[in-house]
Amino acid sequence: MRRGAVCGAVLALAGVAFVAALAAGGDPTRAAELDAGREVYDRCLACHAIGYDRVGPRHCGLFGRRAGSVPGFPYSDAMRRSGIVWGPESLDAFLRDPPGFVPGTHMTWAGIPEPDARSQLIAWLAFATAPSRCGPAAAP
Amino acid sequence: MRKSPSVSPTAARVSRRSLLAGGGATLSAAAIGLLAGAPSLLGARAARASDPSADARILNTALAAEHEAVAAYQVGAESGLLAKDALDLAVQFQGHHKEHAELLARTVRALGGAPADPRSEYAFPVDQLQSQTDVLRFAAGLEKGAVSAYLGAVPLFGNRDLAKAAASILGDEAMHWSVLRYILGENPVPVAFVS
Repeated sequence: MRRGAVCGAVLALAGVAFVAALAAGGDPTRAAELDAGREVYDRCLACHAIGYDRVGPRHCGLFGRRAGSVPGFPYSDAMRRSGIVWGPESLDAFLRDPPGFVPGTHMTWAGIPEPDARSQLIAWLAFATAPSRCGPAAAP
Repeated sequence: MRKSPSVSPTAARVSRRSLLAGGGATLSAAAIGLLAGAPSLLGARAARASDPSADARILNTALAAEHEAVAAYQVGAESGLLAKDALDLAVQFQGHHKEHAELLARTVRALGGAPADPRSEYAFPVDQLQSQTDVLRFAAGLEKGAVSAYLGAVPLFGNRDLAKAAASILGDEAMHWSVLRYILGENPVPVAFVS
């Protein structure tokens, strides 16, 4: 398994509150937000992982990535043609109502209606999917 | 369950052949009534379905996840890390996922779609699975995610019979999650509502 996949698995599977605390640099509010976001990410674990493709594509390197662009992943035509670039705003809109935002997506899931939960999840994703943490250059 | 030689020490890559060799699913009468009977249900009530192809797409996403769950339990069963009781449970849960997959595939066909096939191989973080606890915690995470996935799928169905059937599967996944938590020494029912 690639190092990034291992790192992603560690982030996704382990009790990583300590990771969030470290990332928050001693800011308890930030640490709580990241930890809450990691818990929200549990909702994604039927289909997604940080470091490797599953039913859904890997999340490592998500921010700034064009939708439908993970090499080799069998996206829907709708996602490939969406023109979306993933960032806080596009993720917030997508996660609120995936099939409504991208009709025809394979992500047939009603979404996360709670704004706070979306915000926490996006904060966690911004942390956990940074290539420096989950990509090939990540520390083992 | 039959052995498969396809699990590598660093990443589990489970061949489709080994999964198919695990034996066919035995369909319960109740399950057949829920989903395998879907053609008749669809025939009687299809007028309510706004877009059968959209329903088939939902079912196919669920089917892909069920295929992966079958593969994941295969990895656990072949890991050599599970004691007999845990292994028996894993095999039983894998059997449930096989039943889900069979019924979902049948329903996708009934809707005129092409059911998703299992992948030729799957990658799992086997490096992180060093003990029975690791395996069970990994399985519990997948089952919890499955509960969320079905919960998010139920309101999307145009055909309410399919929503009911998906909710039935959701209940089964929630039982898996709860039992796994119990074995891990965690509160088996930690919340009043799932999300």
